Amino acid sequence: MAFGAFAHSTSDIKHKNASQKTGKIAWILLAPGLAYLALFFLAPLFSLIAVSLGSIEAVSLANQGFRYGFNIQNFAQLGTDYLPHVIRSFSYALIATAAALLISYPLAYFIGVKLRGRPLLQRMLVTLVIAPFFISFLLRTLAWSQIFSNESWIVHELQTLGLLAPDQYIIGTPFAVVFGLTYNFIPFMTLPLYTTLEKLDIRYLEAGADLYASPRKVFTKVTLPLSMPGVISGTLLTFIPMAGDYVNASKNFLGSAHTQMLGNVIESKYISEHNMPIASALSVALMAVILIIVGVYVKRTGSEDLL
Amino acid sequence: MNQNSTFSGADLELIDVRKEFPGFTALEDMDLKIPAGQFFALLGPSGCGKTTTLRLIAGLDEPTKGKILLGGKDITNTKPHERPINTVFQSYALFPHMSVLENVAFGLRQRKVADPLAKAADALKLVQLEHLSARRPQQLSGGQQQRVALARALVNRPSLLLLDEPLGALDLKLRREMQIELKAIQVEVGLTFLHVTHDQEEAMDMADTVAVMNKGRIEQMGAPEALYDRPKTAFVAKFLGQSNLFIGNVEDENANTISINVAGNKISVPKARAEKHKGKIAIGVRPEKAFFHEEEPKLGAGYNLIGPGEIIDIRFTGVSNQYLIDIPKIGEITVFAQNIGKSPVTQVGQKVWVSWKVEHSFGLSDLPEKTTGA
Repeated sequence: MAFGAFAHSTSDIKHKNASQKTGKIAWILLAPGLAYLALFFLAPLFSLIAVSLGSIEAVSLANQGFRYGFNIQNFAQLGTDYLPHVIRSFSYALIATAAALLISYPLAYFIGVKLRGRPLLQRMLVTLVIAPFFISFLLRTLAWSQIFSNESWIVHELQTLGLLAPDQYIIGTPFAVVFGLTYNFIPFMTLPLYTTLEKLDIRYLEAGADLYASPRKVFTKVTLPLSMPGVISGTLLTFIPMAGDYVNASKNFLGSAHTQMLGNVIESKYISEHNMPIASALSVALMAVILIIVGVYVKRTGSEDLL
Repeated sequence: MNQNSTFSGADLELIDVRKEFPGFTALEDMDLKIPAGQFFALLGPSGCGKTTTLRLIAGLDEPTKGKILLGGKDITNTKPHERPINTVFQSYALFPHMSVLENVAFGLRQRKVADPLAKAADALKLVQLEHLSARRPQQLSGGQQQRVALARALVNRPSLLLLDEPLGALDLKLRREMQIELKAIQVEVGLTFLHVTHDQEEAMDMADTVAVMNKGRIEQMGAPEALYDRPKTAFVAKFLGQSNLFIGNVEDENANTISINVAGNKISVPKARAEKHKGKIAIGVRPEKAFFHEEEPKLGAGYNLIGPGEIIDIRFTGVSNQYLIDIPKIGEITVFAQNIGKSPVTQVGQKVWVSWKVEHSFGLSDLPEKTTGA
């Protein structure tokens, strides 16, 4: 599965040296891909960075344009006006990633290890894991906002049971947003975990048990370290899009004014306020922070030690 | 486990152990006793249940019924990590995410033994790999990995060490070297070793006692010399070394020997070396105990003689020549002659008689599916 490829990206680097020697043919073959990346990734990226340093200029009453410049001030707002959004973005994403990992790991372990030797059942369950993709992400999130709506049966029952105060609701709370993020990204966590665990050699676990490790110790000392490639790719595939997500936290779906994430701010700056420089600065900053976090994470988990 | 206790093995006892898997029985009511400090080999073809036996003893599988005792204590229902037993796995199963040293220290750390790294380093010294302790297992050769696996098991000073075809992945020369080393280590540390293998030479070379397994049962058990000298079933006669087997009805009997008639040839076996004394029986002889003669020899009552036949194939194997001789109405017989400088010189097509001492015959309890040959 394509998700597994992500797990092994570190080992591919070693092969680069060899491909350099193959010279011209390699470059010819790479050219279309490089051109595509230059046109549709690098160019927009530089454009985004350039805009992020500009300043707004009123074109008309209804519309605002901008002027290129070197306005570092745009970035300073990130640490002041939008600090709560930054904190929310990363803390929601972190909690939802952890929740997705806790839900997905046992699921992936069950399908990949416990059901070994029953490939039909395995494939059926993997299909079920990705089945939600057959329905639009927006529709599914809307469905949850119906399920959790203030008039819903669930909220009513929880209020009756006293778990929610009579004036307390689910929609608009951080819980609803984290729930939505977790739900929407679980397949991206489960699939890379599954591809790693499916290949996990049971004999290592038996060797662990043979060497006096209790089942718990076998898990922490053998199973988990050996499944780290899956854990790393799974957490990256969920954390990165979660941190930039603006659907779940949106007022139209599961969020409220109190749950706005950086993505929601960027959306409103671009679309409602037409404040391109600030929106771009926030986007660049979001990317930079994600890059730093991911870089530290990959470095700390020592992916070079992994197979 | 007391770390200060003397370093010695415990005896293992299997009582009526049975293992059924859906659709087949891997192990049929096995009784087995291995005395402490012995090098015991379970020998058999693949699928005979020897690895299943090992997994039951290690605790990796549960027996359908029966009891497993180690040092007199019932361990049938204990988990693998609670058993003072370690295994050298066929695949070695060295943890790829740990250094060689950490692999060896793993068991010590789990049991919270003091100073695990120093003890692991000592164990690596025993297998002469201390210079590779910082490497990853996947950076080592097969033979080196095998020795790390051995060190990782031995360092825990288990009461019983299980070896699951540990030399199977090595080339022949390295395998013979490791056999000698393994045996030396066993003698040195005095542990009980249970070695599972399909290589009969390996089993005979290293073990004090060999048990030959077939179809989930132990066919015969004993010292290698005794097993080789007097196999009791056709399976053992053919699996452990090679045998020429002859089938016939017992037609003659005197005080010490019985004889069968095979296509007009009289073949005798001492009564003490025969499992059955009446009816249709199989008598065998090892190929290296048989000789061939280019002229019909005059031999006394102490010899069996069959022939004439024809040499149909000669195979040179270095230390010996293997002659395949076809005897009309009997079939093909194998005779080994050592190349000691005066080896019988002959060629394919030569007419020969085959003889061997009656005392080298052995009588089996069952009949083989095929009569002669290896």
